[in-house]
Amino acid sequence: MSVKDDLYYSEDHEWIREEEEYLLIGITDFAQEELGDIVFVELPEVDEEFDKDDSFGVLESVKAVSDTFIPISGRVIEVNEDLIDNPELINDDPYGDGWLIKVDPADDSELDELLSAEEYAEFIEEE
Amino acid sequence: MKKTPLNQLHKDLGAKMTNFGGWEMPVEYNGIIEEHKAVRNQCGLFDISHMGEILVSGEKAFESLQRIITNDMEKLEESKIIYTPICNKNGGIIDDLLVYCLKDDEFLLVVNASNIKKDFDWVKENILDNTTVENLSDNYAMLALQGPESKKVLTQLTDIDLNLLEYYRFRKAKAAGIEMIISRTGYTGELGYELYFEPEEAENVWKQLMEAGFDFGIKACGLGARDTLRLEKMLALYGNDIGEETNPYEANMGWTVVLNKGYFIGREKLINIKANCCSKKLTPLKITGRGVARHGHQVYAADKKIGEITSGSYSPSLKQGIALAYLKSEYTDPGTKIEIEVRKRRVAAEVIAGPFV
Repeated sequence: MSVKDDLYYSEDHEWIREEEEYLLIGITDFAQEELGDIVFVELPEVDEEFDKDDSFGVLESVKAVSDTFIPISGRVIEVNEDLIDNPELINDDPYGDGWLIKVDPADDSELDELLSAEEYAEFIEEE
Repeated sequence: MKKTPLNQLHKDLGAKMTNFGGWEMPVEYNGIIEEHKAVRNQCGLFDISHMGEILVSGEKAFESLQRIITNDMEKLEESKIIYTPICNKNGGIIDDLLVYCLKDDEFLLVVNASNIKKDFDWVKENILDNTTVENLSDNYAMLALQGPESKKVLTQLTDIDLNLLEYYRFRKAKAAGIEMIISRTGYTGELGYELYFEPEEAENVWKQLMEAGFDFGIKACGLGARDTLRLEKMLALYGNDIGEETNPYEANMGWTVVLNKGYFIGREKLINIKANCCSKKLTPLKITGRGVARHGHQVYAADKKIGEITSGSYSPSLKQGIALAYLKSEYTDPGTKIEIEVRKRRVAAEVIAGPFV
């Protein structure tokens, strides 16, 4: 199970990478492992706005279905269209090609409330 | 939770475990899709030691079972197997099971794990005098070796000629160095074998089979793949697709009810049910929209509710959602367009003719 150092994490198993112009959001290696083979993805529309912890999408695996919750308030500026035809990218590369959305954050300070890599690693240890 | 003799081995292999009818069982090892494909194309090995075994023996064993099962015991002879429901007085399905004819006065019932106690009590209650019923479930480990390469794999571990073992037949023979029942049965719709033997040998037999299957691409498979494999072949799952509230006719299992064999429990009601069959029917559906229908989802034709999904999953072979649903009879013709409510959203689906693959 891998946890990347340079990311922020939520207790709902999403990660955030801070880029210059936006935030990149995906689900963690732990989350994709728990879900199993992902077969369908529902993502939001570009320009949709969400409050922190809102459900912004749905991931469906062979056995189960689960909501994804946005770890930070903001506006969606891009979604990963590749996932529509290749949802397995999330299983194969959760921190890379399997990213879900790019977000323009409403309030950068919300990042401070998220978990560090170390804290997240501890959190999943307890789960 | 109950554990099979292979519990630790599954965990060592990194299996994801789940509670299945009170048993801690492996759902998947490396992914349901990969395991599913292994069984369709090569070969897979399942631990199904949670299944129950009930031995019915004695002078009146045959007669007793003839009164309990809906299928006809006369179809059996030594080394033969039949599939049958057992029904209650109302024609509702108490369980679906296999009957193995060990001798003409000795029969082994192989039953669903969650029904072992219920079946044992029911059989005991309904046998004639001079018949013994024993719950031998703890005396057997059970492995299912399934897939087109399974014959080649098993052949390496046994001296018997598997070409002579026909579908729904079994042999008591030596394989992997121990005495076992080798049965040409399964729950995947592929060529395959189910093996019954003493639990102490479970790990030994598992390892020998995995080794013998290595060159053929054998994979350890969990209950996740078992479920997608059986659903693609439209094999009913007790508790989902069939139960005490459903009868064999509406479940497309009319062929397992032999009304003219004489008395059996439920016969009277089943005669009526057949004559008026059926207001609803278990129907295969292909999801044509995007999404996966699941157990309990409602099915609609326009605004009218016409049924409910009993089993639904993603089909690794078809790469789309598939499901079984009890639908009102007028909507069961192949090609009928319907909708399923999936998480507050309507998803398009279509009735199809037969098994999905």
